[in-house]
Amino acid sequence: MLVLGQDEKAKYPFLADAGEYLKDKGFSLTQFGNDPVLKLSVEKALHRIKVAAAGEVYKSDLIDGQASKDYVLEREVFSFLLAIILIKLTGMSTLVKRFALAEARRAENYLEKDLGNASNKSKIDLAIRIIFDLFNIEIIKENDFFVMPVSDYLKHSVTFHEREWKLINRHVENGKVFLTPDKTVRLIRKELGNYISSKITNAPKPSMIPGLESIVDELISISKKLTPTYTITTGEYPPCIKHAIDILEKGENLPHSGRFMLATFLLSRGQTVQQIAPLFKNAPDYNSRVTLYQLNHLAGTSGSTTKYACPSCEKLKTQDLCFITKECDNIINPSQFGKKRK
Amino acid sequence: MNETDVKFLENSFKKYYFNHFDLISTPQRTSEREFGYQKFNSGFFNRHISLKDDKELHLLFMQNTPSDVYCSNAYYTFPNSPMSEKDWKEADLIFDIDAKDLNLSCRKNHTLSICNQCNEISKDSNQCFKCNSSKLEKKSLPCKNCIDASKIEVQKLSNILINDLGIDEKNIHVYFSGNEGFHVYVFNSQFQQLGSKERSELVDYIMFNGAIPETFGMKKFKPNRSLFPNFDEKGWNGRFSKQVFGSKSKRSKIISELLTNGYSSFQKTLNEISEKIGVKIDPNVTMDIHRIFRLPGSINSKSGLTKLLCTDITKFDPYVDACFLNDDYVEVLANCPIEFKLKNKKFGPYVNQKISIPTYAAAYMICKKLATIA
Repeated sequence: MLVLGQDEKAKYPFLADAGEYLKDKGFSLTQFGNDPVLKLSVEKALHRIKVAAAGEVYKSDLIDGQASKDYVLEREVFSFLLAIILIKLTGMSTLVKRFALAEARRAENYLEKDLGNASNKSKIDLAIRIIFDLFNIEIIKENDFFVMPVSDYLKHSVTFHEREWKLINRHVENGKVFLTPDKTVRLIRKELGNYISSKITNAPKPSMIPGLESIVDELISISKKLTPTYTITTGEYPPCIKHAIDILEKGENLPHSGRFMLATFLLSRGQTVQQIAPLFKNAPDYNSRVTLYQLNHLAGTSGSTTKYACPSCEKLKTQDLCFITKECDNIINPSQFGKKRK
Repeated sequence: MNETDVKFLENSFKKYYFNHFDLISTPQRTSEREFGYQKFNSGFFNRHISLKDDKELHLLFMQNTPSDVYCSNAYYTFPNSPMSEKDWKEADLIFDIDAKDLNLSCRKNHTLSICNQCNEISKDSNQCFKCNSSKLEKKSLPCKNCIDASKIEVQKLSNILINDLGIDEKNIHVYFSGNEGFHVYVFNSQFQQLGSKERSELVDYIMFNGAIPETFGMKKFKPNRSLFPNFDEKGWNGRFSKQVFGSKSKRSKIISELLTNGYSSFQKTLNEISEKIGVKIDPNVTMDIHRIFRLPGSINSKSGLTKLLCTDITKFDPYVDACFLNDDYVEVLANCPIEFKLKNKKFGPYVNQKISIPTYAAAYMICKKLATIA
């Protein structure tokens, strides 16, 4: 377990144990509802959540990770812990996600500074240790780069959709990936977010603190406005699916991966196995019994009850099945084609 | 396939397994693998089989006279349970290099089309000239050029595995697939526990897919020549330099050209060279962590040749080294309009001819549906 100084707790408040911290400082939760001085921390917490909800990163009162006065550090940690309590009181998962992501990005800034701080080895070591303790990634500093095993890099980078994160766009040598401090930290942003969000999710839900009701209501109404809804605006198929149907109609051979894509896509659009099966009739190796068996398997109606999902655009690119057009509009899975965010 | 042909192949395969069981490499951690097999003329795939050791494996061959035998690259706690209950632990990394994926110009000279409707055999075409059906099955009799081109891909792959991905050479095993290419196995690597998505990223790395101009020094705004890679750099930077610059002396001139042509043209260059410097592996094979692969040492029923470990790939000649069926003469009715060579002996072309040829050559043609026992 990491032992942190007060300034490190302010930079990485999610590493502190909330209940313990407040107890150590001699406070109870109810005090935050009525004590006018402590209310300042509540306001800061509210601000912290609002900033996160707006998709921005909260700027703390720390300068270069330091504070001139101890109470500033303390307020930094308080506002974080109180923010968690307020979010728990709203019960809104959208706020959990937004807050966790924003806090992850805030911590990311500090981690990046600490890693890039060539003159202070202990700061580098702490950042490396946080990354190891939290995410089990062993990083070594090599000149200006941070080096990690390719397999560790891949486990984290596969969740990114930007092409720069593809392994091909990294310097790879002898089983290791070389990253700059900012990329090293960016790599774990999502996990950092997940870590923070799981801390919030797993924290016990407190009962309402008298004096904080109006703040909680305000947060609930902010959260409700954030939840996106999707509507289908067009029934058209994405180009990859059109291409696959074209191939089959011509009686040409569509590879197994293409058939898998087509079937899972149509199933996701609500078509039945009986509606889909005739599409494969023209395939050179068509066998109605096998086709039905395989479609039922994909639909989860035979064999194991696993329902197979349509592969991601990224996977289809690798399989040479992607025929992207501008209508694809940055979707990451063909099943999102034609759906518009309201 | 008719009954007589099946009997003939089963007998020939059985003799091979009886005499050459030593060629079958029982995979390490046998009891954690899933095995499977197929029999001739049976659409049914016997999968989810677990075996304790080489004795049980031997028994499987002797009792079932399989046409093909497979073994998983994955290790499971319960290999004989249904897929969702197997409890996947890890999987060796496997690459498939197949001559048919290399876009070789020689292919059309030795690819045959067999009509699914009327069984007519013709040289590579998209329509049966006899009944006009478009339901054709393609059969290829790969030539030396196909094998040599596949070997080059194997060497390119090995180079990346060793130098970029840090794999110990002794953990890379190359096998002739028994038909048209090679399977490259990587054991005990840092990649054993990677899932399908991560493996697909490795595939893109190896195939040089998805490279962006910035990686090779070309920026969209204010490009700077000092960022371009050097000739002697390791990894893709070095391979890119060698391909694009040609020689050290041309580097500067070519960088100027690249800068003049701009960002989008650079992206086009990257896409074009991907064809040349990327390794042509089958992406689906490497991404699949539940697949069962032809067992090394077993016969490939598409050819009658053995899937064999290649200790020296440069010298390896599959049509001599992997041809183990016996030399006993057998009479067949052959319809094979293309010449082929096995054990340094030329056969064909045959046009509906009754001939007497060694078992290995007869099996080769029967497996490819180009002959039947007379």
